[in-house]
Amino acid sequence: MWEYTDKVKEHFLNPRNVGELDDANAVGETGSLNCGDALKLFLKVNESERIVDASFMTFGCASAVASSSALTEIIKGMTLDDAAKVTNDDISDYLGGLPKAKMHCSVMGQSALRKAIADYRGVQIMEKPGEMVCECFEVTDLEILEAVKTKGIGTTDDVIDYLKAGGGCGCCLERIEELIESVKVKG
Amino acid sequence: MTITYTDNNATTRVADEVIEEMLPFFGELYGNPSSMHTFGDQVEKKIKQARQRVADLINADPQEIIFTSCGTESDNAAIRAALGAAPEKKHIITSNVEHPAVKNLYQHLEKREGYRVTFVPVDKKGVLDLDLLYKSMTEDTALVSLMWANNETGVLFPIEAIAEKVGEKGILFHTDAVQAAGKVPIDVQKAPVDMLSLSGHKIHAPKGIGVLYVKKGFKFSPFLIGGHQEKGRRGGTENSASIIGMGRASELALENLSVMDTRVKELRDYLQESLLAKIPACSVNGHLEQRLPNTLSIGFDAVEGESILLLLDQEGICASSGSACTSGSLDPSHVLMAMEVPYKSAHGSIRFSLSHYNTREEMDHIITTMESVIARLRAMSPFWKAGKSTS
Repeated sequence: MWEYTDKVKEHFLNPRNVGELDDANAVGETGSLNCGDALKLFLKVNESERIVDASFMTFGCASAVASSSALTEIIKGMTLDDAAKVTNDDISDYLGGLPKAKMHCSVMGQSALRKAIADYRGVQIMEKPGEMVCECFEVTDLEILEAVKTKGIGTTDDVIDYLKAGGGCGCCLERIEELIESVKVKG
Repeated sequence: MTITYTDNNATTRVADEVIEEMLPFFGELYGNPSSMHTFGDQVEKKIKQARQRVADLINADPQEIIFTSCGTESDNAAIRAALGAAPEKKHIITSNVEHPAVKNLYQHLEKREGYRVTFVPVDKKGVLDLDLLYKSMTEDTALVSLMWANNETGVLFPIEAIAEKVGEKGILFHTDAVQAAGKVPIDVQKAPVDMLSLSGHKIHAPKGIGVLYVKKGFKFSPFLIGGHQEKGRRGGTENSASIIGMGRASELALENLSVMDTRVKELRDYLQESLLAKIPACSVNGHLEQRLPNTLSIGFDAVEGESILLLLDQEGICASSGSACTSGSLDPSHVLMAMEVPYKSAHGSIRFSLSHYNTREEMDHIITTMESVIARLRAMSPFWKAGKSTS
């Protein structure tokens, strides 16, 4: 069984802000049924770009539900500029940490938030820079390199845990290994 | 909280009768069965009785029974012994829904030891493609290893017929009967297999005891090389208490076979029909008839397995899920994927596996709890709208 913190369990059993927000003016969706988890984030943003309400719909495991719930609690009351700075680590920290294999649940929260903000501002999320490595979960080489450098991770399993990259069909595992090696070589 | 235990394909409660029979061998009867004194010999006599009882469960000769430490050891020992018996042959066959104890060893043999492997597929109901199986057998085939019953879906393979065909070709045949034992009759006279694996903790014996049946006449080379125990076929001082427990559990399993096929099956069917009737958008995984009487694998659209399990856990209900949701490999189990169960229900697949200890009241508790758990998770699922799956 997963070692979830009490806070994760509590947010899973009593998730905050569940459901569609009728007067939402920004929506961000990430994940899919095939992937095993998905999050739809609803925001109500006022004229001064402050998030006055947030809600979510989530399909996924306990940590996916808890991460979504935590995310909505974190961003309520924030300006969009501040919300744009929220990272997956903030979500994980809010919950007292997530098991390593479940870190992608918090990444999913960050991704849905970025998409919702872009939706509000009417900007297309730019095509991700870099080369697409994991087609299953749409993860680029730059994202993998960034994660390897900043999160202190050094194996393909770690990359799967954090980004899901390589956790689907597995075709890209060799490429991920090369990327990890390239960081190690450069130091 | 009261525990409702319906995860018997994972492990079972050790029967009171088994514990009672084992206890003296943890305490005063600690002698080594190999010793040249009466004190040790009384243990040897009980082990002999246990060997007979296990043999009776599968209609074998006691000399054909080797005690091991677990089902995985039995599977490994069998497969290695088969390869050792035909070292010039480099092709091996199994199915694509095997337990990891066989599947991962086969993959290892393919990757690291130069074997050509045929993983025979199953259809959408989990039924094995027999045509392909028979066509893939060649002069170069050393071994066919197939499970008797699938741990996740309970689907049964026609081992008797297959063993006959494989034997005709002069190819060795091993079956992992860990999930079948105690749930359906096993008779090695009718199913002429060369080797067969059993595990104690699936039939109300303790963990840490397994059995490998090896047909008389097969030149078996040991996996654990050591002392003369088990006639030199498995080194290591006998785990007397567990072997004796395995014997008693085998005896009970044989007695309870009819209960499995009647009362336990009725409970399973009641659970299945009630869930199908009361919860929309769910479906049973696996063939409805060619299936263990105690197993129900059922998928619920638009919800995820781990969430279901944790909410069931809140009510003391123990089951397991077909969704991996581990280490980022978010694909559902290889068994459900091999059966091409659609993602929308595969991720939300739950396995209930019953034993004769279960009651109708427990089934009612599960049914009511499942109704509310599924409704609660669907209410927050982005793939569920107005009583329907939207994917």
